[in-house]
Amino acid sequence: MLDTYRPVETPEGVEIGLRMAGPVPRLFAAAIDLVIRVGIYFVLVFPASLLGEGGGGLFLLAMFLMEWFYPVLFEVRRGGATPGKRRMGLLVLHRDGTPVGWMASIVRNLVRFADFLPAAYGFGIASMLIDRDFRRLGDLAAGPVVVHREPEMAGYRVPTGPPVRPSVPLDLDEQRAVLDFAERLGTWSEARSAELAGIAAPLTGIPPSQGIEGVKSLLGIANWLLGRR
Amino acid sequence: MSREVFEKSHELQWRALEVSVERLEKSRGGEAASDFPELYRQVCHHLALARHRRYGADLELRLNRLVLRGHQQLYRSRAGDLAAALRFITAGFPRLVRSEAKLVLLSLLLFAGPLIAMGLTVPWRPELALSVLPPATVEEMGQQYAPDGSLHAGRPVDSDLLMFGYYIYNNIGIAFRTFASGILGGLGSIFFLIYNGLVIGAVTGHIQHMGYQGNFYPFAIGHGAFELTAIVLAGAAGLRLGLSLLSPGRLSRGEALLAAGRRAIGMVYGVAGMLTIAAFLEAFWSSSAMVPATVKLIVGGVLWLYVLFYFLVAGRSYGS
Repeated sequence: MLDTYRPVETPEGVEIGLRMAGPVPRLFAAAIDLVIRVGIYFVLVFPASLLGEGGGGLFLLAMFLMEWFYPVLFEVRRGGATPGKRRMGLLVLHRDGTPVGWMASIVRNLVRFADFLPAAYGFGIASMLIDRDFRRLGDLAAGPVVVHREPEMAGYRVPTGPPVRPSVPLDLDEQRAVLDFAERLGTWSEARSAELAGIAAPLTGIPPSQGIEGVKSLLGIANWLLGRR
Repeated sequence: MSREVFEKSHELQWRALEVSVERLEKSRGGEAASDFPELYRQVCHHLALARHRRYGADLELRLNRLVLRGHQQLYRSRAGDLAAALRFITAGFPRLVRSEAKLVLLSLLLFAGPLIAMGLTVPWRPELALSVLPPATVEEMGQQYAPDGSLHAGRPVDSDLLMFGYYIYNNIGIAFRTFASGILGGLGSIFFLIYNGLVIGAVTGHIQHMGYQGNFYPFAIGHGAFELTAIVLAGAAGLRLGLSLLSPGRLSRGEALLAAGRRAIGMVYGVAGMLTIAAFLEAFWSSSAMVPATVKLIVGGVLWLYVLFYFLVAGRSYGS
């Protein structure tokens, strides 16, 4: 199925949803991290050059640590995301939704070298396009996945209005459809709301031609369903 | 129960969990409040109820987000302790290497074969060295070990530090690449093993040909014990990754690769440690002009015996 949503069951028996992140935001995140690393090198190179050859040695040490372990440190100690991933709203998690640990993070970031081959993340992108969870080779060897951070609450609320008892009993899916309609009411133009409400004419008993009345009626039913009665 | 009543009766618990989670996210490693697990389980229950009763997408999203964050705090991995690291050094690492004996031997063959072949032929056919290295590099390598070369004269301490940084950056980088590219069906590791064998063999052969071995062997023997062994082990770790894809056995390829990654990374930890030791030796001991060549040869021999002993014997006793 063409879907990037993966339900994960926790030991408590509830499902939480992970949304897998594809190649494009991840490449942007990698680019941001590259810019940050290069920036740090520029900052470090001047004090290092003042220290002569010894400073050069320290600079090479810093470069070694940054090239291989910059992502590891952020992924394990700073909530699963490098600054680039944070900016793009991405997060590295184990497939069961738990935060990534040292071992998995080190493996996925060492194998990054193979992902980068033959040039510009060639194998990594190929692997992401084949795998249904967008995993690159490093993820396949280590276990974790990269997911979208859950967005901040959009704050949809059903506007209050006089409750209307539906003319027929509604099953759960029908109730859900009415509530979803009411929650998103403010995001469409009036004409579109009326058009959508027209679909529910058999329920409201108001013909699509009197669009705006249908909207009011559906909103009333939503209020009734929410228990504002 | 209607949604409004549901929200009203549980809002306080959700707020409390939110506060708890926020504090844990900020403190990292801090202790959780004693009621955190219980609160978390209750909210899990609320999420299941909200889904079942179709209370609405926004409430589900809010609870899902809260549960996800709580989940990450409750099940975050604890940092490994120092005792575990010590156990790995004294027993775990050599045991791991012994359990991969066949791959280590294969890796040794891929590395030492070209090295020895090059080392033996280049003294008689010196132009062969140019087939793997550019002329300038060969020239420079030779000059370094000449009787009046840079090594003989000794060098200042900050230059030692520069070389230390370089050895860490370059050598551990090579080892990581040798390991990582093993995921391409082992081909990458095989390439790096053979290529490094050829280069090191060519340099050795060239120095032999120039007659500078009197400076070269005392220099190379000490850190070589750790460095050459580490390259072979990095290759074996890469071959483990590749083999899991070629021959996954009873597992699926994905599962076999995960298992191989877990095994191989232990080896890579050990390799990184060995190469750090090698870099120290190479920068501060091997090149030291104060230590006579004979002492370097003796110490180097002892280090080789030590490394062999470590991998053959350490960690064999029961119960440790």
